[in-house]
Amino acid sequence: MEQYLSLWPTFLEGFRVTLLLLVVSGVLALVLGTVIAAMRISPVGSLRVFAAFWVEIARNTPLTLIFFFTAFVMPMLGVRMPYILLAFLALTYYTSPFVAEALRSGINGVPVGQAEAARSVGLGFGQTVSLVVLPQAFRMTVPPLINVFIALTKNTSVAGGFFVVELFATTRQLANDNGNMVIPILLTAAGLYLVVTVPLGIFAQALEKRWVVKR
Amino acid sequence: MGGEAMSGTSVLFDAPGPRARRLSLILSIVALILLALGLLWIILILAAPRDSGGITLPGMFDSTRWNIFFEPVIWNQIGQGVIATLMAAGVAAVGAIALWVVFSLARSSTITWVRIPVAWLLEFLRGMPVLLMMLFILLVASTGAFWAVVIALVLYNGALIGEALRAGLAALPRGQREAALSVGMREFQSKILVEFPQAFRQMLPIIVAQLVVLLKDTSLGYIVGYNELIRTTMNGMVAYYGNRYLFSLFFVTLVIYLAINLTLSWFARWLSRRTASGGTPTRKRKGAQQPLDPSQTILEMEARESSSGK
Repeated sequence: MEQYLSLWPTFLEGFRVTLLLLVVSGVLALVLGTVIAAMRISPVGSLRVFAAFWVEIARNTPLTLIFFFTAFVMPMLGVRMPYILLAFLALTYYTSPFVAEALRSGINGVPVGQAEAARSVGLGFGQTVSLVVLPQAFRMTVPPLINVFIALTKNTSVAGGFFVVELFATTRQLANDNGNMVIPILLTAAGLYLVVTVPLGIFAQALEKRWVVKR
Repeated sequence: MGGEAMSGTSVLFDAPGPRARRLSLILSIVALILLALGLLWIILILAAPRDSGGITLPGMFDSTRWNIFFEPVIWNQIGQGVIATLMAAGVAAVGAIALWVVFSLARSSTITWVRIPVAWLLEFLRGMPVLLMMLFILLVASTGAFWAVVIALVLYNGALIGEALRAGLAALPRGQREAALSVGMREFQSKILVEFPQAFRQMLPIIVAQLVVLLKDTSLGYIVGYNELIRTTMNGMVAYYGNRYLFSLFFVTLVIYLAINLTLSWFARWLSRRTASGGTPTRKRKGAQQPLDPSQTILEMEARESSSGK
C-alpha cells in the first residue's frame, strides 16, 4: 500500500502532461478546424478544394505515422524543437479534420429555409453565416465536438510512444519498475483517463438530450 | 432537415453575377497561387542539401535516397509489413464483429443484471485509450505483441460498434418485433432472425467506416512492438539500409496507408449514400446521410431513448 501511494506523485505528473496535451492541442485544433470548415463552405473554389483535400488526407493517415513524421522526420529536416511541441503539432493536425467535419455537419443540420429566408431579406454571405446559420449550428455542433475531444484525450496516449512523458509513458515506466503491482498501476492509469472521458461523455449526452427534443 | 444542401448548393451566397464571378475567380487564383507557393516552399526545403556534422548530404529528391526502391527485396519486405498490418486488422475485424453481436444483444437484453454490468463494462472499454489496453494485455496476459494488438482492438471496437448496432436495433419500427413475437418466435429468435439483420444492414456504412479506424489503430503496434507496416519500414528497414532512406521510406509508407484507407472510406460513403437513398420512405424524407461516426450515433440514440422514455 505504501509502495502504491508513493507512486502517486509520478502518476499526477504524467496526468498533468496529458491534460496539457489535451488542452493545448484541443484549442489549436479548434482554431485550425474552424478555418478549414470556413474554407469548406466559402465561395472561393480553390479554397474549398484545398479544405476537402486536407480533411481527406489528415483523416486517413494513422496518428502513429503523423507522430513519426513530427518526432523523426522533422528533426532530420532541421527542425529543433522540444518533443512536447512536436506532439502538439501532431495532435492538432490529426484532430483538425474531425473538428471541421463536426462544424460542417452542424451547419448542414440547419434547415435550408433559414438561409433562404436570410438571403431573401438581403443579408450577404458573411451576415447569413454569422447571424443566422452559425448561432443555430452551434448547439448541434457541441455534442459532436465533445466527442472529438474525448477521442483526443485517448489519442494523447500515442505521444507517450514518442518521447513525451505523459500518462501512458509514465504508466509503462512504473509497470516496468514495479513488477509486483502491475495490475493496480494499469488500473490507476485507466481510472485517470476515465476521470476525463466519462464526465465529458455524460456532459455531451445531457446536451444532446436537451436539444434533441427541440429539433 | 435540410440535409446536405447547406454547404452543397449556393444558398449561402448569390448565384454570382459577372462582377462577383470575377471577384471569386480572382480570389480563387490568388488562393491557388498562395497554395502553390506553400507547396513550392516545402519542396525547396525537402530538396535542399543538408549539413550533418560538416558533411553535406544530398536533398530528399536525390536518387541516392530512392535507389533502394529498384530492388525487389525492398518491396518484398514492405509487402510483409502490409500483410502483417492487414492480418492484424482482419483478425481484429472478425473478432470485433462477433463481439458486436454479443455486446449489442447483451446490452439490449431484458434481464437487468445482464444489461447493467454490460453497460458499465462498455463505458469502461470506450473510455480508455486502445494503447493502454494493449499495454494491459501485453503485461498482464503476456500474449505477445500480435495478440495484444488484436485483442485490444477487438474489445475497443466491439464496445463502440456494439453500441452503434444497438442504436440500429432501437431505430427499427416496433412492428417488426411485434410481428416476430406474434408468429410465435421467442425473444431471442426475433432478435437474431428479424431485428438484427435489418439493424446490421442499416449500420453497415458506420461499420465499414469504423474498419478504417481499426486499420489505422493497428499502427499502434509500432509502440507495443508488433512488426506491422510502420515498424517494418521505419524501424527495421531504416536501421538496415541507413538513415538516408528515412524520408523516402516514410513517404512510401504514407502512400500505402492512404491508398488502403481512402479506398475503404470511399466504399463506406458509397454504402451510406446507397442505404440513404434506398429503403423506406421515412428514411428518404430525412434525406441526409447518416453520420459515419459511431459515437455520434450512440449519443443521438441515447437522447432519443431517454426523451421517449419520459
